[in-house]
Formats: sequence, structure tokens, C-alpha cells
Amino acid sequence: MADDDEIILSELPDDELVLQMHDDLYDGLKEEIEEGTRILLDRGWTPYDVLTKALVSGMKIVGDDFRDGILFVPEVLLSANAMKSGMTILKPLLAETGAPRMGKMVIGTVKGDIHDIGKNLVAMMMEGAGFEVVDLGINNSVEKYLEALDSETPDILGMSALLTTTMPYMKVVIDTLKEKGMREDYIVLVGGAPLNEEFGKAIGADAYCRDAAVAVETAKQLVARRHNQPGA
Amino acid sequence: MSGAALPSLQPVQDVSGHARLADKILLIACGALAREILDLKEANGWAHLDLQCLPANLHLWPDRITEAVAAAVQQYRADYAQIFVVYADCGTGGQLASKCAELGVGMVEGPHCYSFFEGNQTFAARAEDEFTAFYLTDFLVRQFDAFVWKPMGLDRHPELRDMIFGNYEKLVYQAQTEDAALDAKARECAARLGLAYERRFTGYGDLRGALAALAPPHHIP
Repeated sequence: MADDDEIILSELPDDELVLQMHDDLYDGLKEEIEEGTRILLDRGWTPYDVLTKALVSGMKIVGDDFRDGILFVPEVLLSANAMKSGMTILKPLLAETGAPRMGKMVIGTVKGDIHDIGKNLVAMMMEGAGFEVVDLGINNSVEKYLEALDSETPDILGMSALLTTTMPYMKVVIDTLKEKGMREDYIVLVGGAPLNEEFGKAIGADAYCRDAAVAVETAKQLVARRHNQPGA
Repeated sequence: MSGAALPSLQPVQDVSGHARLADKILLIACGALAREILDLKEANGWAHLDLQCLPANLHLWPDRITEAVAAAVQQYRADYAQIFVVYADCGTGGQLASKCAELGVGMVEGPHCYSFFEGNQTFAARAEDEFTAFYLTDFLVRQFDAFVWKPMGLDRHPELRDMIFGNYEKLVYQAQTEDAALDAKARECAARLGLAYERRFTGYGDLRGALAALAPPHHIP
């Protein structure tokens, strides 16, 4: 998208700079995103506004084009790296400035599965949306999930799997939660390439999330619904 | 992805006229298996099997596989006594199996070709100790750049390698054939991905049995 090397970010007015940052995110330009983030902060933007208006909105475009088959995994990874660099600057400032907190999520790839690209994207976008995210990484046994649920007391449990052979493990985790009478304590979101809505329902998850953007929207809706329940 | 245009079928072998097709079984297969199926067909004299392949690169979008297979079955079902789908689940999350059941056609058992080449039971038994392995078959060794390196963007962005392959520990080359050149190339692929290398001869594994079970139509009760 952005192909003009002569653009001086610091000379752009705010609205154009934000659009340019969307382009730079799309193109995976890490240094430009760092520069744009610093410029907006220097101009008095709140860290939360920089995050949501410049980074998250830009990453939403990337996500939509990935969903529509316009962008592919490598491009999304480059964009994610660029966004991560902006978030590294913003993260400590967000904590200081009391940005809205949407809820807390524990997320991890299931046992026997080492794939984490999608899971990492979800974690990043959830953080961008104001969720506190505890990332358990890859190859998580039911015991590891339970331990994290116990110590972190999140609102949401997110599980990811890329393989047809590992996705049934999500049901093992959910069934264990049911056995222990803990299932209703958490919103359970599942995702991964071979999954679908039918599978999500069949294993007793609250929702299957097709991509990171859907995960964020679903999490927001379900957390809000939960908070609206009497006695919640 | 459901709105995407279906890939055109790629005939890898001429099919005969309608009168003869009624005596035959059509294999609708992943293009990555074409060479192996033709080899088995020739070696075993399975003249009753015809082959039509879908593009192997459908595996880059597994959510398109079910729709593409279903369209091919519909296209050919009136011409053949029987159709057999030479795909395993292949990342469709059970959707291909459901569709094949709905269409009344059989398919190969197993999660993917890595599993049925090795033998589904053997692969499953190893799975717990080998989930950090990245597998290549003869086809994927030959087509490594087109099906792995370039689609993962490593030709343009080699810095992504460890982000994509960092959790893998070794590359297992499941050899369908004895071929020293492929062995050497697979070893090179492993080095390019920064992984340890292991060659494992599998032959055609469960694929042979799945095709051997397809009796000529006039033998079907």
C-alpha cells in the first residue's frame, strides 16, 4: 500500500498519520509503526487512543483481508510484528494511564500441538482490545489449564489447535471443567484452522472464533452479557 | 472462502468413453498423490481405477477441500459405478468425512497423508512423542519451494522462519520410494528450516490397502 519513501510521518496531520500507520501496519513496517506511535504520543494522544485508533483499527484491516484471501500468513505475521513493536511502547503507558480493562483471558494451544501463530494473533488482538492476557504457550495439558485458571482467575479460557488429531483435546479440558463443577465459571472460546462452529458447539464451548477479530468481538459480547447477569 | 471459485480438475490420465466408464471406479484424489496412485495402479494392474486429481495446493486452504471434492463427485457420479475419494481428513475437521458420507462415497481413513503413508496405527502410536516433527513426503520434497518455502513467505522474508518453524525440532522425510536424490534434497530442506533430519521409509502405507480394497464394479455385490 504505502509505496512513497518520501513520506515524513512527523509532517502529517493526525488524521493522515493514522491512515498512514494503517498502511504501514498492512505493509509490516515495524520501524514506521514505532515512529508513528511515538509521534502520536508526543502530540498528546492517550496511549489507549493510539492503540485503538492507529494500531487495532489497522490490524482489523489486515485481519479482514486475511479472512478474504487477499493477505496470507507471512504478510499477517509481518503486520503482527509491526503491531507488537507499537504495543511494546504503549503497554507500560497503558498501565500507568488506567486504560479500560475489558477482562482477563488465559489462552494456550492444546496438548500435542505446537502451532501458535493464530493463538499469538488472538492474544495480541485481545490485549489491543483491553483484555489482560495470560499466554500459556503451546502443548498444554488439562492440568496446566486448570492450574492457570486457578491462579489467574480469568473471565475467559481460550484454546487453540491446528491439527485434526489434537482438536478433540479441547473437549477433554471442557469435560474436566464440567466434572469439577467449574465450567460455568469461565467463558470458553476455541479456534484453529480445522475447527468450525459445529465442533465448538459439540464440545461444549461458548463459541468458536474463526479469526482473531471474531475472537475479540465474541469475547467483548460474552463478557458484557456475563456482567449483565443477575448475581454476576 | 466458501465463495471462492472451485479449482478446475486436473486430468492426469485420460478417461475412456461412457460405456467403459460404467465398469470403472473413479478416484478423486489430491494432486499430491497422483504419482503414487498411478504407480500403485500400474504395479498392481488395477485397470478398473480411473484417476482425476484436484490441485494439490488446495492444502493451503483446507476449508476449500470439501467443497471442491463435492463438486467433483457431482460432476462425475453419473459416469461411474463408484467413486472413491483419495483424501484423508486433511485439516477439514471432519467436514470432508461428513460430506462423503452424505454423498455416499468412500474416502481414505486417517487425519492426513503423513498418517496413512506411515500407517494410521503406527502414526497414532508415535504422535505423542513426535508432535514436534515437520513431515515431508516424496511429493513435498520435490515441491518444497512451491508448497512450503514460498507459501510461508520465506523466499521474501527469511526472518519469519523461526516464527513459523521455531517450535519444530526435526524434519521427518517419509520416503515413499528409494531415491537418493530426494533424500539429499530432503536433508537440504531440513537445513534450510533449521531442523534436525530423519529419513523414514514408509512406502505407500495404508494407501495401498485402501485402493486394493476397491474391487472392480462387476465384483461389487
